[in-house]
Amino acid sequence: MSLQLPWTRKNAWIGVALLALALLLLPFVAGLFGNAWIRILAFAMLYVMLALGLNIVVGYAGLLDLGYVAFYAVGAYMYALLASPHLFEQFEWIRQTFPDGLHSSIWMVIPLSAALAAVFGVLLGFPVLRLRGDYLAIVTLGFGEIIRIFLNNLNAPINFTNGPQGISKIDPVQIGGISFGRSLDLGFITIPSVQLYYYLFLVLTVVVIVVSVRLQDSRVGRAWMAIREDEIAAKAMGIHTRNVKLLAFAMGASFGGVSGAMFAAFQGFVSPESFVLMESIVIVAMVVLGGMGNVAGVVLGAVLLYAIPEVLRLIAKPLQMAIIGDEVIAPEALRMLLFGLAMVLIMLYRPHGFIGRRHA
Amino acid sequence: MDIFFQQILNGLVLGSVYALVALGYTMVYGILQLINFTHGEVLMIGAMVSMTMVMLLQSLFPELHGVWIMIMAVAVAIPVCMVLSATIERVAYRPLRNAPRLAPLITAIGLAIVLQTLAMMIWGPNPKVFPDLLPTTPIEIGGAFLAPKQLLILVVSAVLMTGLIILIQTTSLGRSMRAVSENPKIALLMGINPDRIIAITFMIGAALAAVAGMLVAMNYNIVHFTMGFIPGLKAFTAAVLGGIGNVPGAVLGGLLLGIIESLGAGYVGDLTGGFLGSHYQDIFAFAVLILVLLFRPSGLLGERVADRA
Repeated sequence: MSLQLPWTRKNAWIGVALLALALLLLPFVAGLFGNAWIRILAFAMLYVMLALGLNIVVGYAGLLDLGYVAFYAVGAYMYALLASPHLFEQFEWIRQTFPDGLHSSIWMVIPLSAALAAVFGVLLGFPVLRLRGDYLAIVTLGFGEIIRIFLNNLNAPINFTNGPQGISKIDPVQIGGISFGRSLDLGFITIPSVQLYYYLFLVLTVVVIVVSVRLQDSRVGRAWMAIREDEIAAKAMGIHTRNVKLLAFAMGASFGGVSGAMFAAFQGFVSPESFVLMESIVIVAMVVLGGMGNVAGVVLGAVLLYAIPEVLRLIAKPLQMAIIGDEVIAPEALRMLLFGLAMVLIMLYRPHGFIGRRHA
Repeated sequence: MDIFFQQILNGLVLGSVYALVALGYTMVYGILQLINFTHGEVLMIGAMVSMTMVMLLQSLFPELHGVWIMIMAVAVAIPVCMVLSATIERVAYRPLRNAPRLAPLITAIGLAIVLQTLAMMIWGPNPKVFPDLLPTTPIEIGGAFLAPKQLLILVVSAVLMTGLIILIQTTSLGRSMRAVSENPKIALLMGINPDRIIAITFMIGAALAAVAGMLVAMNYNIVHFTMGFIPGLKAFTAAVLGGIGNVPGAVLGGLLLGIIESLGAGYVGDLTGGFLGSHYQDIFAFAVLILVLLFRPSGLLGERVADRA
């Protein structure tokens, strides 16, 4: 059993139910301190999805991907283009075909973004199949940069992406007549828009977690791990390494694509600036710090690495005042300093991640 | 034709800086199979320290010639970077030598963030001007023009690279370095202290990065706490292009990447009928890298690595 809860099956279900209840009520508590906190929670969910997607490539299959943010970008821009006035304003034939403007249902967008990102994953996977280790790392990094540079510059001569200005006025998610862009009035309680998104992301995160856990013990999951441990031996055992690796790229990418689409809907705005190399690196750090290949570890890594800088943003100043009694270091600098140090220290004391396997 | 020659010259200038930095990546990789992600930040610190020294020297000795100021500034920047790099190795890499392969990558990224933030605190968040130390009238070479500082970059890098190759190929230190990169355990049995050699390798790489840092600052007349990132990335690309772990490969990869970028920026517009502009320069570099690796998966001069990554 991969989650390794030290309880019996019945108790485990009680635990899961309690956890679910806690996650459902969490935004109400956070909401007491302002909607900004719910926003942080929602973003944490997005990063959990991203980290779990990358975990398939890096953790399960052992392929170091430093350009993962490209798939996030693909998903985000796909949603942005299909659900904003941008293409409508740019192209005459779109105005004629869709006189009401482009609006896409989430039921179409989620599978489509997953599929499109998977196609990009295979596109990246094909040329790099023969590469190993660090050669793979630099090529994936280059791929991520290439996607970003294209997004940044495809505003001329034909304006596809609106360049560095990005695309705005993206439709909010709409499910069964409920628009996530407005607060939902249930009569006895009003749920703000960010909280609706939080619940949506929570559901998706649960799906991603279940898929990840189930993959781990599946035939293909075992094939990935066999390749990770020893590619030649895996081949000798009859694993079709090419297809299995491509599948890892495609599946990992599809998680990224869906998170990207959700990000675009949540923000209502996308620009190339959200998809820089540093973002890819942070996601890799989430996977490695949490414990590569371990679902619970990766979830913990993603939440912590996203939460540390956000919490530091809020407490850096008061903390300094309390300890030194004066603002010696600018809060923003202190925050990055502590963030970097935390990464170093965690890795030094737990080289296998928070919850990592001893071998590998 | 003159424009073509000019682009090649510009590319060589750019490429020799990449090559200097790539050498640091490739030497460390050759010995530890580790991507030293803090290398670009060491370059940045080198540039910052030399900028401070230049300012200090200019205010203390206003009559001193630019060349002397430069030499004295870099003479301070080099040891600072060497100590910094040796410390990084000692603190963030050595304890993790037997850890999973990605662990040192994460400590490196963490340290890079720390170094950038420290630099921002010390030298401020805004870009600073790096003064011109050499005359600015361009020199004509066969129809193309080269600023004296660019000529200096070419000469300094050529000298340093030759020096490094002589060091590695002929001296006893170089032999030890090659032995450790071949097999650290056997090297230990032969009476070599691998830890010492590794520390020295980091320091040599850092010295080259310090010089490269000052050259970059001089070339663009600007220093900023984020300036290490792009040259670091490009140099890493160059090292991989040439075959990471291979010293002549790093030089070749650096120069080639510089020329490709320069020609790419110059001609991409004509080639694609104006569809792609010069801001696609970086795509060119990465596209060539991917193409080369498609046909030579271990880089241009790299040896076939054993099948255990």
